[in-house]
Amino acid sequence: MKTKNTTQRACTVIAAAALALMSSLAQAEFSDNVVKIGVLTDMSGAYSDLAGPGAVLAANMAVEDFIAKEKPVFKIEIVSADHQDKGDIAANKAREWFDRDKVDVVTELVNSSTALAVIKVSKEKNRIALVTGAGSSRITNEDCNDVTVHWAYDTYATGNGTGKAVVKQGGKTWYFLTADYAFGQSLEKDTTAVVLANGGQVLGSVRHPFPSTDLSSYLLKAQASGAQVIGLANAGADTINAVKQASEFGITPAQKLAGLLMFITDINSLGLKATQGMYLTEGFYWDMNDETRAWSKRYFDKQKKMPTMVQAGLYSAITHYLEAVKAVNSDDTQKVMAQMKKTPINDFYAKGGKIREDGRMVHDMYLMQVKTPAESHYPWDYYTVRATIPGAEAFEPLSQSRCPLIKK
Amino acid sequence: MNRCTLWMLLLIALGIAAPTVFYPVLLMKILCFAIFASAFNLLLGYTGLLSFGHAAFFGGAAYVTGYLIKDMALPPLVGILAGTLAAAFMGGLVGLLAIRRQGIYFAMITLAMAQMVYFLCLQLPQTGGEDGLQGVPRGSIVGLDLNNDLTLYYVILLFFIAVFALIYRTIHSPFGQILKAIRENEPRAISLGYDVARYKLLAFVLSSGLAGLAGALKVLVFKFATLTDAHWHTSGEVVLMTILGGIGTVFGPAVGATIIVTLESQLADKAGSLVTVIMGFIFVLCVLMFRKGIVGELLELLKGVRPH
Repeated sequence: MKTKNTTQRACTVIAAAALALMSSLAQAEFSDNVVKIGVLTDMSGAYSDLAGPGAVLAANMAVEDFIAKEKPVFKIEIVSADHQDKGDIAANKAREWFDRDKVDVVTELVNSSTALAVIKVSKEKNRIALVTGAGSSRITNEDCNDVTVHWAYDTYATGNGTGKAVVKQGGKTWYFLTADYAFGQSLEKDTTAVVLANGGQVLGSVRHPFPSTDLSSYLLKAQASGAQVIGLANAGADTINAVKQASEFGITPAQKLAGLLMFITDINSLGLKATQGMYLTEGFYWDMNDETRAWSKRYFDKQKKMPTMVQAGLYSAITHYLEAVKAVNSDDTQKVMAQMKKTPINDFYAKGGKIREDGRMVHDMYLMQVKTPAESHYPWDYYTVRATIPGAEAFEPLSQSRCPLIKK
Repeated sequence: MNRCTLWMLLLIALGIAAPTVFYPVLLMKILCFAIFASAFNLLLGYTGLLSFGHAAFFGGAAYVTGYLIKDMALPPLVGILAGTLAAAFMGGLVGLLAIRRQGIYFAMITLAMAQMVYFLCLQLPQTGGEDGLQGVPRGSIVGLDLNNDLTLYYVILLFFIAVFALIYRTIHSPFGQILKAIRENEPRAISLGYDVARYKLLAFVLSSGLAGLAGALKVLVFKFATLTDAHWHTSGEVVLMTILGGIGTVFGPAVGATIIVTLESQLADKAGSLVTVIMGFIFVLCVLMFRKGIVGELLELLKGVRPH
């Protein structure tokens, strides 16, 4: 008995030593032996519902699943912080993470101002940024760089999908209610182009500060414009407030609202009665197929809410990143980036997704229509998929790119 | 006097050694806010004027500096100088109006003017609206590459020592004595024949210029100027720093700035937006329990211990 115990112990010791040696050899390519992922998001503000704690959960799920499935030799750590929707806090935090905590990749970054601020820091420090939450199409155009990937959606894709659909339904005259910062401005600009291209007309726009709780004066301006469609070029709590207040003022249903960027959590907050019939463009819907349902159920069990495209996209982005790290056996920015761009993305989030030179992850988007209360049969049964927009059509073609990395 | 010099030397030595232990960017932020709070203290602590619009000078200078360095490609030193002068100029304009009133009316006028500056920062095409000015290059000063955090830290430390010396000199000069006289009893200062308005205006311009210098330096540290710099929150924060550290003490504002900036950066991950609530709580505690501020109470204690 005693001898057996000793041999067992000896075996364990040898095995442990061998493992340690192996891992130290394997880790030769890794800075400080750890792959560190920084999730920088809005934990308490206007976008915390569509990103925030749910995004941190999705990131943790991605890492746990990756460790369970791939059994990597390197260690993976996640740090997260609340940027409070302020660009300066976000950039400071990212700088501190890169300098002091040796974070290899910064991700999520909901709110375009924070994303635009952070991708400049990540470029300067030569670390990867995976943007899932922010929407501004500037991220892959004027402000593009070679260490940033824009994952889930952008203002071109959502504005394009929804804008086209609404114009085709007869909404010819538009008035925009725009959140006055990078994201809202991009969304308004991208959608205006689509509306005009499809024979619509834009009567004007009004810009509100971000975030706003009282949108009444802006909505009344929109009402006075007499436009058939009020385009909501905002997101999260702002969109929710706009939809609610528009119905309180009796603006709807006389004028139609078009949510140019809406998330399933917004629909959940507003209820189907207030949102039925609205068109919106999403990159992900939990109830698409068995794969999406399986993942979303796991997420739901922990978060008690279904995932948005931001949260699901974050899982997809982190998994793709970790797979690339494993494939090149290094956390070197350029090597990993090259590998990520080389490999197509095939998971529950995207099928045949591909990262373009400008950093845009191109995947299919879906045009959804919100169900009526009668059509909805179980909790979170909110959307009917009206059309699948193929990636090549959904996102801005490279020929129109304003990204300096693209040589024409 | 000798003991005081010793203390100063010790503090400078600490300042030189600090980046080996602490994160230099955080230290630079502390120094910038220490300059800001010290400048503010010149007005609140030594002249008895409570301005509620100092963020306008801090943020205004930040934007001017950022714009000149980024879009006009001027060297950083020119940018900093221009930012400081612009803030002093703004201070002159605001001061001319504000010093005509006292107490709450003075505070309200400065607040109103600061809000105007804020909206200029938001709406002018040069400022980048909600996104602010991003990606301001640090450049180099007399051949020193400022992209290195340590180099920049020592440059800012130099600025800090210079500002500190200037403020120290100011409050111990006859001019400073008159400011204190105005603080204690304005009618008496007038009856003694001093042109109080001119002294107040001069103090206001000096204070706003130095606040502008702090804002200009902050742009170099973080490479951006944003609306946060010009927001009234920042005006409130500098009041908090000064009161917490000790109004009318030489070191108080710097101590207050250190505490607030450190707390904010430490709590940002853990408490998120609760930070503001915690700050408010600290402020209430400070006002209720040690009204002279940390340094003020310490000095009081020392006085009690040391027999005279």
